[in-house]
Amino acid sequence: MSGMVEKRGVGTWLSHAGLILGIAVICFPIWIAFVASTVTQADLVRPPMPLLPGPHLVKNYLEALLSGGDAPVWRMLLNSLVMALGITIGKIVISILSAYAIVYFRFRFRMFFFWLIFMTLMLPVEVRIVPTYEVAANLGLLNSYTGLILPLIASATATFLFRQLFMTIPDELTEAARVDGAGPVRFFIDILLPMSRTNIAALFVILFIYGWNQYLWPLLITTDPSMNTVVMGIKQMLPTGDQTVEWPVIMATALLAMLPPVLVVFAMQRLFVKGLVESEK
Amino acid sequence: MADIKLEAIRKSYGRAEVIHGIDAEIADGEFIVIVGPSGCGKSTLLRMVAGLETITSGDIRIGGRVVNKLEPRERDIAMVFQNYALYPHMSVFDNMAYGLKIANVPKPEIAERVAEAARMLELEPYLDRKPRQLSGGQRQRVAMGRAIVRKPAVFLFDEPLSNLDAKLRVQMRLEIKALQRKLGITALYVTHDQVEAMTLADRMIVMNAGVAEQIGAPLEVYANPATLFVAGFIGSPPMNVIRQEIRPGRAALAPGAVIGVRPEHIDLVVPGAGLIDFDVGFCEPLGAETLVHGTTDAGDSLVVRIDGETPLPEAGTRIGLEIDPARILTFDPDGRRAGG
Repeated sequence: MSGMVEKRGVGTWLSHAGLILGIAVICFPIWIAFVASTVTQADLVRPPMPLLPGPHLVKNYLEALLSGGDAPVWRMLLNSLVMALGITIGKIVISILSAYAIVYFRFRFRMFFFWLIFMTLMLPVEVRIVPTYEVAANLGLLNSYTGLILPLIASATATFLFRQLFMTIPDELTEAARVDGAGPVRFFIDILLPMSRTNIAALFVILFIYGWNQYLWPLLITTDPSMNTVVMGIKQMLPTGDQTVEWPVIMATALLAMLPPVLVVFAMQRLFVKGLVESEK
Repeated sequence: MADIKLEAIRKSYGRAEVIHGIDAEIADGEFIVIVGPSGCGKSTLLRMVAGLETITSGDIRIGGRVVNKLEPRERDIAMVFQNYALYPHMSVFDNMAYGLKIANVPKPEIAERVAEAARMLELEPYLDRKPRQLSGGQRQRVAMGRAIVRKPAVFLFDEPLSNLDAKLRVQMRLEIKALQRKLGITALYVTHDQVEAMTLADRMIVMNAGVAEQIGAPLEVYANPATLFVAGFIGSPPMNVIRQEIRPGRAALAPGAVIGVRPEHIDLVVPGAGLIDFDVGFCEPLGAETLVHGTTDAGDSLVVRIDGETPLPEAGTRIGLEIDPARILTFDPDGRRAGG
């Protein structure tokens, strides 16, 4: 993409310097967190604050993973992973199926249901959190993966996205499949799903991060430390009262919590771009 | 292989009736072209035969069996769509094989049938490609191949050539005709292009505003149009329509009636010597022939087709037109052929 705008000399240097400065400002806290996760508590609290990594990286991370705060971090990471994957896959499956129903089937109150789904956009978790908690508690879903995943699993946004995608698929393709003898299920599996894979990849990235970063809901629904997710777990590790606090371990946990979304973005980005390049309707 | 019978086919969307009762019998192996202007209901008719539209009333029989309530796949048909409707994520092979896979045809037989179709359509080098890597003509062939491998009783074509450029259209037209001859499968072909209709059809159904105006062999329809609409639609340039009195005593016309005459049945003579005079507007020399456009005193625009080697008449000159009375077709005020 070189040479979209040919600019030489001072302007280029200035804009580069500005961008590098901006990136440095954004990355600095992460760097500090990383440095803090590689030194001892004693080194960390003694001024001046260290700016270069120390020798205790492995020790700190192992401590975080294996003992951590209320629960070992590996356990919380696992909980987060289950929750994030559950939400992501659940949302994609449910929304693609409901979009399929809304676009391709004529049933009574079709538009009513569509608007009903659409209206839930106005009701994010935070707004309905008290009644949702009530329902989840009555159903005995506290401290369970079901409780973590189920209330967050419906997605009007994803449904709407798939609906728009399906509406761009030409009718003739649907008709060709009918003439070829594909029933509704076959058409969905053989034609619609492969044609949606770009959107599925994009949604996977967005929804995984959404699921991973859930804070308020896991905080309410899990009381047992072994069901804590890592994002809320970090908060639980912070000192209350006169507890001593192991900042290097907390920082290690924070970095570990950052890692999976980054990995998902990197892994899916390639698929995503490839899908974009290859896509054709 | 099968014959098709359309019996009083009607189609309504809500209260609006778009097809007003069409009857037709199509023999086994016949190539029928349904031709008409856009919005005349020709595609709707085809889609009713395919099973993609419901039939409001009337019966469609394929091979003697009433298929009104059957799904497309149960009708033993194959359809070629205007935009090809190839599955973009499947290879050429998979596109052609998809229908067979669904029908649980054994794999070796699928491979064999696809290979045979690919050979017939010269698609063999492209079997592994995706549709987007093919040219328009090749995509068209894949769509044809998808229809052929099914070995259906009836081929349905919905304006299959209208997305191709002019040259390719002529070539594919010939190929479709040859292929249909070779396979001997009954074909129903919808187009708005009357040249396509003339060249492809064993018989054609000329439709207008939801009515079959005429059903017949192309040359028969050309020579003997049943209505003024058919006369104007079939043939390029269209049949001349003369509304004014022509030279007294030469042909009697009922009040309001009009006469039609093909451009090639008019000869240029000196003014006053023919049936009617007209003022030359402009000429279109096409090489083998020249089209002379002009207007009569009453304002009718006429076209005369003359030999390409005849000197061009100058614009603005007045010329007489001589018409063989046997070639004159007379139409009643309602557009139907007089006495017909």
